[in-house]
Amino acid sequence: MSEYTFQDYKKGQPRWCPGCGDHFFLASLHKAMAEVGVAPHNMAVISGIGCSSRLPYYVNTYAMQTIHGRAAAIATGAKVANPDLCIWQVSGDGDGLAIGGNHFIHAMRRNIDLNMILLNNRIYGLTKGQYSPTSPRGFVSKSSPYGTVEDPFRPAELCFGARGHFFARSVATDAAETQDILKAAYQHKGAAVCEILQNCVIFNDGCHESVYTKEGRKKNAIYVRHGEKLVFGENNEFGLVQEGFGLKVVKIGENGYTLDDVLVHDAHCEDNTLQLKLAMMSNENGFPIALGVIRDVDAPTYDESVHVQLDEVSKQKKYHNFAELLETNDIWEVK
Amino acid sequence: MAEELEIKELDQVVVRFSGDSGDGMQLAGNIFSTVSATVGNGISTFPDYPADIRAPQGSLTGVSGFQVHIGAGKVYTPGDQCDVLVAMNAAALKTQLKYAKPQATIIIDTDSFGPKDLEKAQFATPDYLGELHVDPDRVIQCPLTTMVKACLAESGMDNKAILKCRNMFALGLVCWLFNRDLNLVANFLREKFAKKPAIAENNIKVVQAGYDYGHNTHSSVPATYRIESKTKVPGRYMDITGNKATAYGLIAAAEKAGLHLFLGSYPITPATDILHELSKHKSCGVITVQCEDEISGCASAIGASFAGALAATSTSGPGVCLKSEAMNLAVIDELPLVIVDVQRGCPSTGPPTKSEQTDLLQALFGRNGESPMPVIAALSPTDCFDAAYEAAKIALEHLTPVILLTDAFIANGSAAWKLPTMEGLKAIKPHYVTPEMKGHYTPYFRDEETKVRYWAIPGQEGYTHILGGLEKDGKTGAISTDPENHDHMCRLRAEKVAKIPVPDLQVLGDKDDADLLIVGFGSTYGHLVSAMQELQAKGYKVAQAQFKYVNPLPKNTAEVLSKYKKVVIAEQNLGQLATWLRANVDGLVPYQFNQVKGQPFVVAELVKAFEDILKK
Repeated sequence: MSEYTFQDYKKGQPRWCPGCGDHFFLASLHKAMAEVGVAPHNMAVISGIGCSSRLPYYVNTYAMQTIHGRAAAIATGAKVANPDLCIWQVSGDGDGLAIGGNHFIHAMRRNIDLNMILLNNRIYGLTKGQYSPTSPRGFVSKSSPYGTVEDPFRPAELCFGARGHFFARSVATDAAETQDILKAAYQHKGAAVCEILQNCVIFNDGCHESVYTKEGRKKNAIYVRHGEKLVFGENNEFGLVQEGFGLKVVKIGENGYTLDDVLVHDAHCEDNTLQLKLAMMSNENGFPIALGVIRDVDAPTYDESVHVQLDEVSKQKKYHNFAELLETNDIWEVK
Repeated sequence: MAEELEIKELDQVVVRFSGDSGDGMQLAGNIFSTVSATVGNGISTFPDYPADIRAPQGSLTGVSGFQVHIGAGKVYTPGDQCDVLVAMNAAALKTQLKYAKPQATIIIDTDSFGPKDLEKAQFATPDYLGELHVDPDRVIQCPLTTMVKACLAESGMDNKAILKCRNMFALGLVCWLFNRDLNLVANFLREKFAKKPAIAENNIKVVQAGYDYGHNTHSSVPATYRIESKTKVPGRYMDITGNKATAYGLIAAAEKAGLHLFLGSYPITPATDILHELSKHKSCGVITVQCEDEISGCASAIGASFAGALAATSTSGPGVCLKSEAMNLAVIDELPLVIVDVQRGCPSTGPPTKSEQTDLLQALFGRNGESPMPVIAALSPTDCFDAAYEAAKIALEHLTPVILLTDAFIANGSAAWKLPTMEGLKAIKPHYVTPEMKGHYTPYFRDEETKVRYWAIPGQEGYTHILGGLEKDGKTGAISTDPENHDHMCRLRAEKVAKIPVPDLQVLGDKDDADLLIVGFGSTYGHLVSAMQELQAKGYKVAQAQFKYVNPLPKNTAEVLSKYKKVVIAEQNLGQLATWLRANVDGLVPYQFNQVKGQPFVVAELVKAFEDILKK
């Protein structure tokens, strides 16, 4: 049982627009922080630039709000230098996937033990309404008055492509699920990406409408649970089965499909093929949107490996300070 | 004739080893300089290698050089032109001859002057010496490859491995020319190839063969030379390059401050050796991260600094461009950080392996907004240690990013370095929070006198706080858009840097009555002092002052620069230090000497230019 309550992690008065998804997420983060029970002074929250990157100002931990796109790189240095810190790295879709895309993928590849929050509202809000790298093709915005002519990133696909070992997704308004994936991200040792589907009430209202309410999620989302059948619907009447190279939605009891045919979710499977299929499901393709922990696979972390190597080399080498280091050189004496 | 060989005593001599990039000239030069330093000679070295990844063998663009200056006393530069030129092939002779004195002794491998070699080196006729107007009497024409093959015929080595030993034959010849003790060479090789004793012994055999060849055939040169050591400072020494010295300075500073050293870096010529060096020393607690880009190199270092490490990032000019936004984050966050800029040819990719001093104004001004940052420029390869140590000390004690400027010339060049002791190094006391601040700490609360804020490290209870790129209220640490506060904070950050104490500018030479003061900064120190000494020897009254601390400037800057009738500012750019000094010293109207050739100054050219100014 944690000795902290969410009040211990709260600070200041958020300045986001009323109704912004960031408010919901922040409340879930405070609660998840209290539940994992790491003391505020042993946590750091590090963000970049954007609406969502204001978040560290509202958390009573050590914190940095940095420069655009670099949060993952700065968090990398902080974690490697001080592995005892529990670090939450917060970015939006522009901060994390456009200007900071390089740092995002390399944090994944190196597997730094960071809890990486990606608040995805598919828009640039702080600069007042330009399309982002997650905006859909044809998206009309101030900087794309005739619609965009480019395809978006899917954060999960990028994460998997960069050899990520943890990916989870939640909707900002879904407090219980958001807290659960944040706690799972904390438990996971390594780079853990939590994509938070979040509404921008001003510039992209309704961008995740189909799953933003409880009722909507019942119809349009599936909660994936490791070791459990991939079923969804108001009465769990639908299931996911494998067909050919892909997935297929079936109604259990129809067309000869029984519950036995339905796939069991395996978040721990090293091979990410089916996890990627789950993560890429969308309502447009006739699938429910997957929520929950989609991938959670153990792998060596960079920060731990760095320190293991420091220890190993220290044991092998005969010099352990500057004076001893000097003696490893060719030295001559002038008398 | 052979028995009458004269042994000349010299004060100093310059040897230039040159050959194909793969000929091992750097190693031969390194061994020669180390062996000379071991007997107490002053040394200064300068590697000059091509930017080509691997130019075709024997081609003009693939020639690599390594110049060694040894002296009876202290030597300040690698020397203008060489007394002995080793040219391992036709291309080397053609391209390197311009670095040789008219009467220099030249050693060539005649086996590498065949028709194909001459064609690759673009000689028009077989008479290559005649074409270059070289007096054959000055040339030791040695069938070097043949001799090496014969020497190692029984060794069991394959042909390729045997040819790799050609540099050792040339080294042996040079050792004979300068009466070097081959035992010292053998020791060096046995140490270097400790894990491959057979290779060590074969190399030693070839060095001996080269030495013997010289001894047996010395009729072709008029003299061998001896350089005695005259100005020995007792102590223990090693040979060190500027990049290695920079790495060592950072390691020593971290240990003195009781912190882990963290380096975030991205490979870039000519700074990469700092990353190489530091990545070796994990047993001293050094953490290095080879980042995904230059930005991340600086950003990760800022994260490490926030988390409580002595953080540094190493790069060259193009990398500084990329890091500059993050550097500014360290300015407004007031976090300790050392940014090492090993300057190279610019703009853009420039001539990347060459040396310039063209990043000075970038270091001072190359960021958005009011962005005060201390700038230190190292004077020599060995001074890189002191400069890096000082940069770290200032960063930690004044909570500020600091730029350390070195350049390709001193980063790759080496000199004999008297080993420091930890006790002898100045204390470093990071400006930490105090126990009294617990519970009511705000990050921008400052020491009233120095204006330095206090450093709280994550993990400490009672000091949680937020830092960020947005302007903060000086008292509460909260985001502030108040105009008065912003103005105040800009002035505070500037005042903090301005108040950093730095040593006074030292004047060398005729400090009381000089007719000309020669001024420079950083790595040109050796050349400018040498030029001053030559002018003094000619009877002129001259003085010299070299800036190591560029920002803040030494307190006596205006006093020194106003004292002399004439001031010349000499720098390897088009006038950046002059611009900075004119902005800071009222009424200063200096002469200027500027070169951006990518090569070190030539002392003789400096002397001529300064003489012209003196005569005006």
